Amino acid sequence: MTETTEKKKRTQIPRQKMSEQDPKVRAKNFDEVPLGYTPELAKLEASRCLQCKKPTCIDGCPVSIDIPAFLDLILNGDFLGAARKLKEMNSLPAVCGRVCPQEDQCEKVCILGKKGEPVAIGRLERFAADYEMAHGEFIMPPKAPPTGKKVAVVGSGPAGLTLAGDLIKKGHQVTIFEALHKPGGVLVYGIPEFRLPKAIVQAEVDYLQKTGVELKANMVIGKIYTVDELMANGYDAVFLGTGAGLPTFMNIPGENFNGVYSANEYLTRSNLMKAYLFPKYDTPIAKGKKVAVLGGGNVAMDSARTALRLGADDVYIVYRRSKKELPARIEEVHHAEEEGVQFHFLTLPVEILGNEDGWVCGMKCQRMELGEPDESGRRRPIPVPGSEFTLEVDMVVVAIGTGANPLIQSTTPDLKTNKWGYIVADPETGDTSKKGVYAGGDIVTGSATVILAMGAGRKAADAIHKYLTG
Amino acid sequence: MFPILEARLLATAVKQFKIAAPEIAKKRKPGQFIVLRIHEEGERIPLTIADADAEAGTITLIFQEVGKSTEQLGKLKAGDTVSDLIGPLGVPTHIEKYGTVVCVGGGIGIAPVYPIAKAMREAGNTVISIIGARTKNLLILEEEMARVSHSLKVSTDDGSYGYHGFVSDILQDIIDEGMTINLVVAIGPVPMMRVVCNVTKNHKIKTVVSLNPIMVDATGMCGACRVTVGGRTRFVCVDGPEFDGHEVNFAELVKRQRAYLNQEKLSLETFRHQGGACMGGIS
Ligand SMILES: Cc1cc2nc3c(=O)[nH]c(=O)nc-3n(C[C@H](O)[C@H](O)[C@H](O)COP(=O)(O)OP(=O)(O)OC[C@H]3O[C@@H](n4cnc5c(N)ncnc54)[C@H](O)[C@@H]3O)c2cc1C
Ligand SMILES: Cc1cc2nc3c(=O)[nH]c(=O)nc-3n(C[C@H](O)[C@H](O)[C@H](O)COP(=O)(O)OP(=O)(O)OC[C@H]3O[C@@H](n4cnc5c(N)ncnc54)[C@H](O)[C@@H]3O)c2cc1C
Ligand code: SF4
Ligand code: SF4
Ligand code: FES
Repeated sequence: MTETTEKKKRTQIPRQKMSEQDPKVRAKNFDEVPLGYTPELAKLEASRCLQCKKPTCIDGCPVSIDIPAFLDLILNGDFLGAARKLKEMNSLPAVCGRVCPQEDQCEKVCILGKKGEPVAIGRLERFAADYEMAHGEFIMPPKAPPTGKKVAVVGSGPAGLTLAGDLIKKGHQVTIFEALHKPGGVLVYGIPEFRLPKAIVQAEVDYLQKTGVELKANMVIGKIYTVDELMANGYDAVFLGTGAGLPTFMNIPGENFNGVYSANEYLTRSNLMKAYLFPKYDTPIAKGKKVAVLGGGNVAMDSARTALRLGADDVYIVYRRSKKELPARIEEVHHAEEEGVQFHFLTLPVEILGNEDGWVCGMKCQRMELGEPDESGRRRPIPVPGSEFTLEVDMVVVAIGTGANPLIQSTTPDLKTNKWGYIVADPETGDTSKKGVYAGGDIVTGSATVILAMGAGRKAADAIHKYLTG
Repeated sequence: MFPILEARLLATAVKQFKIAAPEIAKKRKPGQFIVLRIHEEGERIPLTIADADAEAGTITLIFQEVGKSTEQLGKLKAGDTVSDLIGPLGVPTHIEKYGTVVCVGGGIGIAPVYPIAKAMREAGNTVISIIGARTKNLLILEEEMARVSHSLKVSTDDGSYGYHGFVSDILQDIIDEGMTINLVVAIGPVPMMRVVCNVTKNHKIKTVVSLNPIMVDATGMCGACRVTVGGRTRFVCVDGPEFDGHEVNFAELVKRQRAYLNQEKLSLETFRHQGGACMGGIS
């Protein structure tokens, strides 16, 4: 068989589906929705890769994973080798394989996507990482000799975890300070169990701790220590990876009625505090029967799907633009639709109504139509006069975005921030206006993605290493 | 893990714990609180730091058993541990020399008033304290309050001890006597704070209250603790807990505090049904 016919045959293999829990069943439980590839399916899917001489896929990955190399290892049945290959560039492959917006990154530029469907890189990444978790042994990564330098990492989200993993290998002493009682950032408090099992995040954190990273939970920097105090206490450099955790509300009347949640509160109660297991776990959560979720991003989809699982009869996504503009991943919208989430497009909430006890009992909305494009290039929604109507709901989750928590910025006067309160940092190095202080992830860019936060952590790790040893 | 060094019963269902937390003990200021989680399945509950000893590395918490978590906490003894302690949280009380400061504490609210009264006295103020409880055996910290105050007045709702009536009645009397008051600090159940604020508002006396809405993270990340102050939504955990009492929407606060009554009842009943034995995670 010539190389070209071999290639042709490969391209005729369809992209392999990953089996999923049935929508009707899964809409009532918190178990993970996709079930993962079997080794056979993984090999078959990996065999679709053309092993391009100039692999475009790598350019699509913010951390430049050698994609053809790990796919080849999977094809040859060396699953542990594939996982190690992934870990050379990505310290959280089991996480990224699940939550990366692959369709906008690596898979978007895979050559196979030009004519047909791209290689399922994300699913294969997930497969290899999960295989390693189930079958691999802990292997201490090679570590440079100790430098005697100490680095404080504030925040244990993907940015902080990645940076910590990199710096420990370079021989520095690393301590992560995390405000919450559990490490992982949005990966533990925001993204639901059915999309990212918390055991996976914990395993990644355990791994880091085994490599020597010290983790101090329950430490709110800005309160227990300021950044200056950390430096006075012997830390040679500080990395701020505190995320964009400040909830935004609509600023419409009635938002303080009971049953109105920020998505952060709703998801934190459910994920971090495990309120879905109440009363075994002590934290309660309201179980609305008719729930409106305001917003159209991933956070809104996660909130809507959580509400279904907590027993809601009707869950509405209320979004002021049309379906085309939904910022959420297509896959997530699709999952939400399959599970029965209903969509009210071109709808703007104007007031939340409450009863005598102070509980939500409805929401006044206004219909919108799309006008001229705005600065973002999307058509601006404008109200349709006389189109007000009331949606009957007993719970509202506001998922319209987050901002910068000012705790650290307000206690670090010489740290420059922009007009939204985000920390000003060099995108290539994470260098801030304060000597020895670096920042990266959502606290610099505003809410973005896991992989971009990790990329920022990686760049800052290189810069801090240079700063400490140069 | 944070070891409990000392556990004492102060009054009916009111306990005082001394817990080893050296870093918090060093850093905390009056008016601040911690968040505590007893064990892996536990919720995050806020409690005021009633006192601290930086040298010994301990903080003192005083709490009333009102539901599942506080009841379970109350079952712990010296030598037991709690799994998480986060703090110090919240903005410290603004302490300065005002002149005459009246500190009003009602019920369990006397615990947070105590460190403030102490600091106000140390700052050179004349401190007049008024403390009260429903009934005599619910009254706490009388001796401690007497020690840090220039004068202490006590009331009980049922007249079983001290003045028969409310702390706000005593405050009204003091004002009527014509004493110049530069600041009132009032902490206690919402109805009490509300009445005190009504009294002081008429006389234009600046009044600080400490609010206790339901909290989750207590770092400003969730918005569970939001209250309306002066027409604006504020987060009590990071913007407070202290606010100008004349600006607070108390009616909304009361409703928000009651958001989970049914679940709280279920949680407590389940706990008691298991004989309070569900102590997973406690060594
Ligand atoms: C519900 C939800 C769903 C999402 N889904 C996706 C998805 O599918 N795919 C994707 O790529 N991205 C997704 N994102 C976005 C992604 O999670 C974030 O972009 C990413 O987590 C940012 O990482 P980070 O390290 O910058 O910060 P975070 O993950 O926010 O972590 C910051 C950490 O810092 C801690 N911290 C904050 N302040 C302090 C302090 N003062 N002291 C100590 N610690 C502090 C916080 O407690 C937190 O643990 C989602 C976000 C949300 C909220
Ligand atoms: C800043 C602050 C300081 C406080 N200081 C003290 C103190 O020094 N001593 C003390 O006895 N109490 C204090 N409280 C109140 C204490 O947190 C609650 O009594 C406790 O959380 C009740 O929990 P539970 O499970 O025992 O009772 P539950 O049955 O769950 O609740 C009883 C009532 O307590 C309130 N509550 C419930 N959960 C929470 C929560 N997560 N956060 C806040 N309030 C809640 C609700 O209004 C509820 O109706 C403080 C609260 C705040 C916000
Ligand atoms: S990390 Fe994300 S972008 Fe990179 S290869 Fe994996 S799924 Fe694709
Ligand atoms: S672009 Fe697609 S086909 Fe080519 S190497 Fe990358 S994954 Fe394989
Ligand atoms: S308790 Fe979450 S913001 Fe205050």
